[in-house]
Amino acid sequence: MSIKITGVGKKFGDFTALADIDLDIATGELTALLGPSGGGKSTLLRIIAGLEVADVGSVEIEGVDATSLPAQKRNVGFVFQHYAAFRHLNVAGNVGFGLKIRKRPRREIKARVAELLELVHLSQFADRLPAQLSGGQRQRMALARALAIEPTVLLLDEPFGALDANVRKELRAWLRRLHDEVHVTTVFVTHDQEEALEVADQIVVINQGRIEQIGPPHELYDHPASEFVMSFLGPVTTLDGHLVRPHDLEIETHPFSDASAGRIERFNRVGFEVRLDVRLIGDDTAPPVLVTLTRADATAKGLETGMPVWITPVAGASQVRITTAATPGAENLDLSAANSAPQPTFT
Amino acid sequence: MREAAASQTATRWVLRVLVVGYLFLLVIWPVVLVARETFADGLAPVIDALRQPEVIFAFQLTLSAAFWAVVINTIFGVGISLLLVRYTFPGRRTLNALVDLPLAVSPIVVGLSLVLVYSGRTGWLGGSLEQAGLQIIYAPPGIILATAFVSMPLVIREVMPVLQEIGTEQEQAARSLGASALQTFARITLPAIRWALLYGVVLSLARSLGEFGAVKIVSGGVAMRTQTATLLVEERYQQFGVENSIIAYTAAFILALIAVVALVVVSSFQPQKGTRR
Repeated sequence: MSIKITGVGKKFGDFTALADIDLDIATGELTALLGPSGGGKSTLLRIIAGLEVADVGSVEIEGVDATSLPAQKRNVGFVFQHYAAFRHLNVAGNVGFGLKIRKRPRREIKARVAELLELVHLSQFADRLPAQLSGGQRQRMALARALAIEPTVLLLDEPFGALDANVRKELRAWLRRLHDEVHVTTVFVTHDQEEALEVADQIVVINQGRIEQIGPPHELYDHPASEFVMSFLGPVTTLDGHLVRPHDLEIETHPFSDASAGRIERFNRVGFEVRLDVRLIGDDTAPPVLVTLTRADATAKGLETGMPVWITPVAGASQVRITTAATPGAENLDLSAANSAPQPTFT
Repeated sequence: MREAAASQTATRWVLRVLVVGYLFLLVIWPVVLVARETFADGLAPVIDALRQPEVIFAFQLTLSAAFWAVVINTIFGVGISLLLVRYTFPGRRTLNALVDLPLAVSPIVVGLSLVLVYSGRTGWLGGSLEQAGLQIIYAPPGIILATAFVSMPLVIREVMPVLQEIGTEQEQAARSLGASALQTFARITLPAIRWALLYGVVLSLARSLGEFGAVKIVSGGVAMRTQTATLLVEERYQQFGVENSIIAYTAAFILALIAVVALVVVSSFQPQKGTRR
């Protein structure tokens, strides 16, 4: 194990940021800490880096107890959401900072900086000041700066959070490729489930200071352990007391097996897919059930607004039984559909 | 549209005339007159005046007192700024308000209060220090103290907003890259505040050179012993004779000259202060 966290807890005044966290992160893996804002994931990352001190518990990095080690001695690369670029140093100066502190020979620093700038595609910007770079370039510089010290672990705190959508997607794919090249144990914090699903080997879902579930992306998506994980990782709808994914619902214009009867209340075409609001018969108070299917499917079945339909989950659909009253339900669907996770605020 | 533009132009001109006129009457004209009085009889008397041992001594004393006051204010100014910006502690707001006190209180009051604390006759602290062989009041240390007190806020008020603006992330990044607290300060914090600090230092130097009231009380103003340049100006100005007047005006002119040069230096740094972010 590269990072071993045991029984870590942290409070800020009355607010419990983290409670009794146990987490093992394997060497060479790319792990995402995923959760809503204020859920404690950034605090956990900062505790690993030594920028924050846990109230209780211990942190081990590559077999060394780092609990009371200051940040400067942990050999951890940290990338901040807002880059934390050294404004008075040029790009080469920023990237070489850690090596200069380590008093490496000037020639070695120069060679290593050139190599890293090559890696992050910033070679032609070596003499620029951070203020002369775009957000994406600054973040790549910050990444090179963190990698320069050959860190035991690389920690990224919402690394793409301050960038616009296109640059974010680009950098996300680039981070994945970079990790495949460099293979340093990497932990990044995000509140964007798509980012986590796309980039990470392992996802740790953190909510209200606790770990909800740990696993590879597909496992979390297919077998969510709780309503929270299910609704945080993608769009959900409620049918028959269970949370189910809208695209896991089978819809027919005639009764079949034990399908529930309803009527299409709204027919909404979004790009390649069709989203239907289905009002169940005899259940006027509950929100309508959302069903998504491809346009071709909808055309083949001849679906239209007002049509009577029958729906049931497909075989093998992931479902979570609803136990709590306040489950993120239909009101979150529009958000989820727009690729952003529901983000309740807990702070 | 044209009328609106015309009235805008008119407003601009009225404002300009007002501001320039105000500055002229209040600052430019008086300073120019000092220069004119200084050189009324040509250069020779001025050079004579500058050769007077009292004048040389007064300027040496002023410069060394200002130097030490600025050194003290730079070190404590940066320290207090860091304390006020980076840490929360009980009494922080009070301390923050106290920093401005020297600007609000009359220098005469500052001088009197320093005498009460540090004089061998009135203050127990001054008494014990004098027994230990360190005289403060009516001696150069008192002058330095008074000067430092009066110019204390200038560095702090320049540095604090910059510290606030840069935040702590750069410092955290430096720590995570292996820098010690001292290295982080020297390589990250100090370069980030350097222009503001320089500006504060120059302002506080100019202020220190010109300090009169507090220094008059604590120094006693004895020629060749505790008389600074400003005290020399006052003394000579009040005495009769052309020679004394020339000395007073020459010293005054040099004080003004140093201040102007300092301000020119500062304003030449200002564009860099703006763009270097």
